[in-house]
Amino acid sequence: MAEPITITGPAAQFRPPSRFKTLLTEPKVLFGGGFILLLLVIAILAPLIAPKNPLEQDLMLGSLPPAWLDGAEPGYYLGTDDLGRDVLSRLLYGSRIALFVAVVSASLAALIGTVLGLLAGWYGGWTDRIISRIVDIWMAFPPVLLSILLVAVFGSGVHSVIAAIVIIDWTRFCRVIRAETLAQAQLDYITAARTVGFPRMKILTREIFPNIVPVLIALVSLEMGIAVVVEAILSFVGLSVSSDTPTWGGMIAQGRQLIHHAWWLLVAPLAVLFATVLAFNQLGGGLRRAFDPVMRR
Amino acid sequence: MIAISILNRLIMAAVTLFGVALIVFVLLRVVPGDPIAMMIAPGASPADILALRARYGLDLSLPAQFGVWLQAVVIGDFGTSISLRRDVLELLLGRLPATLELAFAALVVAVLIGGAVAVIGTLSRRTPLEPAIDATNGVLLAVPDFVWALALVLLLGVLFPIFPLSGRIDPTLSIDFTTPFYLAESLVRLRFDIFLDIAAHMVMPVLALALPLATVITRILKEALLEAMVQDYVLLARLKGMSEVRLVLQEALRNAIGPALSLTGVQFTFLVGGTVIVERIFSYPGIGNMAIDAVINRDLPLIQGLVLVFGAIFIVINLGVDLLAAALNPRLRHG
Repeated sequence: MAEPITITGPAAQFRPPSRFKTLLTEPKVLFGGGFILLLLVIAILAPLIAPKNPLEQDLMLGSLPPAWLDGAEPGYYLGTDDLGRDVLSRLLYGSRIALFVAVVSASLAALIGTVLGLLAGWYGGWTDRIISRIVDIWMAFPPVLLSILLVAVFGSGVHSVIAAIVIIDWTRFCRVIRAETLAQAQLDYITAARTVGFPRMKILTREIFPNIVPVLIALVSLEMGIAVVVEAILSFVGLSVSSDTPTWGGMIAQGRQLIHHAWWLLVAPLAVLFATVLAFNQLGGGLRRAFDPVMRR
Repeated sequence: MIAISILNRLIMAAVTLFGVALIVFVLLRVVPGDPIAMMIAPGASPADILALRARYGLDLSLPAQFGVWLQAVVIGDFGTSISLRRDVLELLLGRLPATLELAFAALVVAVLIGGAVAVIGTLSRRTPLEPAIDATNGVLLAVPDFVWALALVLLLGVLFPIFPLSGRIDPTLSIDFTTPFYLAESLVRLRFDIFLDIAAHMVMPVLALALPLATVITRILKEALLEAMVQDYVLLARLKGMSEVRLVLQEALRNAIGPALSLTGVQFTFLVGGTVIVERIFSYPGIGNMAIDAVINRDLPLIQGLVLVFGAIFIVINLGVDLLAAALNPRLRHG
């Protein structure tokens, strides 16, 4: 096996600033990315780090306040709900559904939108006309109506939630990726590739697509923020996963009901939801800024 | 000329509404799960089931069902709600005014708050206040109505319990309203005690709907104002000795309002969509709250009626924005 070539000496210093380093200087990316990373670790390790079983009821320990208030019980850091289930453990487990829906729905919406956007932007003509027209019609239909209809059609459950998000939001990706593809196609390196005689499909996948990835990543991050809220809303009204699985939306619904009785049941999941949405948004916005040389200036 | 363009838009609106109706119908006919199965008592005879299917027109072919349904809708017959066993049109008309009052109040509040912050931000440019406003607004832009509503529940419902947490009016206060527009009617009839009670019930849902829109208005309007402030006509007015406040309010605002307006129109449709979840959180008796129950109960006739009403509202808003933009823009008016 050949040794990897390492450049040493003055030549090593003549490198353009790496994209990764630019990212780390963007505070929004640091904050947002850091929080999401932490959340991801929590979601994966939930069974190991949760202090209690999130489903275990103990009516003797119902509606306990958080640890810093009078009447708290040791070991229940954020208190318990009316059935005596540990709020902190439920929050930690709730991140699993939230992130699962965010990752799966944003990836699927991105996949559909990107493929169609690339094709429309690169091949133009009829392909573009048909795809763009579908996107226009799709976007004219208000998202709330479409989600009411889709959930009515699919029934409740986490898969319907994901399907609804994908069906409604693939257009966001399609529109932006198409515009990006059109912009890339005008650049000299593409003209060069065509002159050399690269096949069209190969130019699209090997040359254009890699240059669109940064924009795509930023869009996916923003979409995940949207997906987390949609999932929370649907589990709030009881149209997402079954009620015994801990979700932030379900916890919020419980907190709203018991608002005069145990306000902390609303504060904890709402604060986590807010921080998550903000983190995805800041990460997406920050990435967009960091990757876009015009905006950076 | 302008009459033709208005006519064009009206025709387009009708076509869009027909499209919405068609999509609604097609989507809801592929629903897995028989609505009749949920209505019948266990042990009903097959003849009873057939009779019920015939009664709701579910035994016809799909195009025939659509034809029958569309004909009925045109004359205002939306069918009977399966879960509530009442006429859908009657249910919708009873609930719609509550939602309209909520949405319009929220629009007004959003324009006032968003406009005020944008003007203050413009007046305070080159001071430390401006980046503070921009940063705060940037963070708040990410907050959806769902989160606002619940944060308000905690802040104004629990921590400072000033406003009622749910409903539209205190049930003990109820006078005999002749219209379903309680807020407007109580004002017209000079019953200020009732007006204040209804207004107090609306504070939190209105704020939850208005604040996301206000942050968008602030960003767009402030950008447009800053751009207008460096134009020659503003410089001229400044040289004439006009005060900074009057410069912003009289000169810049007039020219910045156009771009802000068309965006506000689009965002207003999102606000109306937001009534669905916000009404739910505050148990406000509007069509949004009703929509969630309809979906949970799989009440197809009611869902169809609700989606058509929401669709019609969105179309009317878009039409209104187009016409308003044409009225405000002299080039479009005479073009």
